[in-house]
Amino acid sequence: MYRYDEFDERVVRQRVAQFREQVGRRIDGSLTEEEFLPLRLMNGLYLQLHAYMLRVAIPYGTLDSRQMRQLALIADRYDRGYGHFTTRQNIQYNWPRLRDAPDILEMLADVQMHCIQTSGNCIRNVTADHFAGVAADEVEDPRPTAELIRQWSTLHPEFSFLPRKFKIAVTGSAEDRAAVAVHDIGIRIVRNAAGEVGYRIIVGGGLGRTPMIGKTVREFLPKDELLAYLEAIMRVYNLEGRRDNKFKARVKILVHELGAEAFIARVEEEYARLDGPSLNVDPAELARIAAYFAPPAFEALPEGSAVLDQAAARDPDLARFVRVNLYPHKMPGYTAVTVSLKPIGGPPGDATSDQMRALADIAERFSLDELRVTHIQNIVLPHVKLDEVPQVWAALVEAGLASANAGLVTDIIACPGMDYCSLATARSIPIAQEIAKRFADPDRQQLVGPLGIKISGCINACGHHHVGHIGILGLDKAGIENYQITLGGDPGNEASLGERLGPGIDAEQVPDAIERIVDTYLELRHADGESFIDTVRRVGLDPFKPVLQPKEPARAAA
Amino acid sequence: MPLLDRNGWKPESWARDAAAGAAIVPFDQVEAVLGARRPGQRIGVDLPNDVHPNALLPWQDGLDFVAIAFPRFNDGRGFSLGKMLREQGFAGTLRASGWIIPDQFAFALHCGFDEVEISEAQAQRQPIDQWLQAPALIGETYQDTQDGMISIFKRRRAAAEAA
Repeated sequence: MYRYDEFDERVVRQRVAQFREQVGRRIDGSLTEEEFLPLRLMNGLYLQLHAYMLRVAIPYGTLDSRQMRQLALIADRYDRGYGHFTTRQNIQYNWPRLRDAPDILEMLADVQMHCIQTSGNCIRNVTADHFAGVAADEVEDPRPTAELIRQWSTLHPEFSFLPRKFKIAVTGSAEDRAAVAVHDIGIRIVRNAAGEVGYRIIVGGGLGRTPMIGKTVREFLPKDELLAYLEAIMRVYNLEGRRDNKFKARVKILVHELGAEAFIARVEEEYARLDGPSLNVDPAELARIAAYFAPPAFEALPEGSAVLDQAAARDPDLARFVRVNLYPHKMPGYTAVTVSLKPIGGPPGDATSDQMRALADIAERFSLDELRVTHIQNIVLPHVKLDEVPQVWAALVEAGLASANAGLVTDIIACPGMDYCSLATARSIPIAQEIAKRFADPDRQQLVGPLGIKISGCINACGHHHVGHIGILGLDKAGIENYQITLGGDPGNEASLGERLGPGIDAEQVPDAIERIVDTYLELRHADGESFIDTVRRVGLDPFKPVLQPKEPARAAA
Repeated sequence: MPLLDRNGWKPESWARDAAAGAAIVPFDQVEAVLGARRPGQRIGVDLPNDVHPNALLPWQDGLDFVAIAFPRFNDGRGFSLGKMLREQGFAGTLRASGWIIPDQFAFALHCGFDEVEISEAQAQRQPIDQWLQAPALIGETYQDTQDGMISIFKRRRAAAEAA
């Protein structure tokens, strides 16, 4: 894991002091509310429906047990004993007070954390594959690149007042688990024909009210040119991105309106005039950062584990957990364990402070002191010995964290929705809870197989519904919550946007409709266990359309 | 309008009057005014923030001053514009003119601005000490800046090489 040096430390401490001072100038009237707004947003502080909300950055989702314990302590001291992990690998507290915010920032700084640029029209917290350093199909760990971008983008004098927010994601694997195609900039670490490592740069993806898949603007960017090339993209966007309409201000609209070719031409023109060598970092500096992410001291272990096999043979619940929540590790004898924050009937992504402490303890003892937050709002223990999975599982059971549903139909992404968010037009969490209850039977979930349901409570799409295999969008229709269902979205390698199945339906009808969609899939799928998304791609939407009709009473005989 | 730089309030030495000895003129008149320039007359231009810096290239050597408009404090185009003008060799005085707030003063200086021109009302609300104090609050940057700060990346290398 990255550790701050004296420079990083000073920046974060100074930022805390600066924010304390900014709060003071807001209170004495020097700053108007309008002027204060972006300043507090750039420190992660939102004014929500009931209270302030504070969003803490967890860069590329990586944290250690000490940091997790501090998050738990903040939850106890300044919130109501829980936190909410988000789709951008952050954590949010829903109940802090404005005057406490500087003290919370201080506590975060004590464990090398911050809220810098978790909101506002600036370059946001950088996300990455949650299986970084674990997956066997990795060209290179994406986190050194993400950390480099974190530092470069921090308090960037030129790019802190952009037309709109700006999100960057990095993956180093063949399989894209970071949804890079639906980010403002997506970066894939690739190898060229000569075997050199570099970056494929994708720009202009995004969700929200105008969902778009990003366009590749550079097939192969040499590794040491990254920052200068990013500066060129940011400059074109800062100067030309639309500022007349907030809903058309993201870079995806600029790419779309100019056309990819013209956008690329502008970026390349700017790139040619930039002073690249002054912007790019010395490879030795990138190597310094990368050294923090060197593989931990893995033990030489055999493939497989008789201990685990025997324990799983004795306990069907453990066996199920092993089948569903384990991800193969590149090192023999190790595995990555997904800890689902989606218990049946619970709010997706929430964890209590006790659960956070339990996770910290488990990580410290069994996962080389490392945790990851996933954009699917779960936690990953990245480096667990197969032999110790039974102990980990037992500890998770004790903490109420052993739901065996990673990647299954009840592993639902949902935004906070109308229960918390001032933008929402409908509830999300209760919909997720009701759907999960319908599929509570673990055997049924496993029969259905991998299926991602994603729910957004408004058109801004924080629940990523466009890229849900089943997407649900809650809208307000003349004062009544109305839900549109889309099928066929996918955030991964073959990124695609879901298509609308038909007219919206009422909240009470949603669980039925989802059940009928799943039943239809089970009827249609090939016997070889064809997945939901593959089936939808093969048969199209038509066979699913009848599910939106209200269930008909038995027809009278003709 | 009140004018300040990193040392405090300063008197205005320019006038938005083409006949003045130090004259600021609108961007679309710059060609004509430079053509009719009197000996010794200094010329500056008011640059809207939707003009690409390339558009100033033909005239920038004849200009002593550019004021870039900040119509709203959260419209950040001016920061790129200022930095790009510096990068393409503009060596005169660079002013941020309109609505920027003390919390952006450091960014403006880092992007190559020399001075800031704000409204009377804003100057009342945000006294000079707030402006002078703001840039000192963050003493490190991860970027090389136009006002001479060296990026943390480079300072780390220098420290490593010195060790």
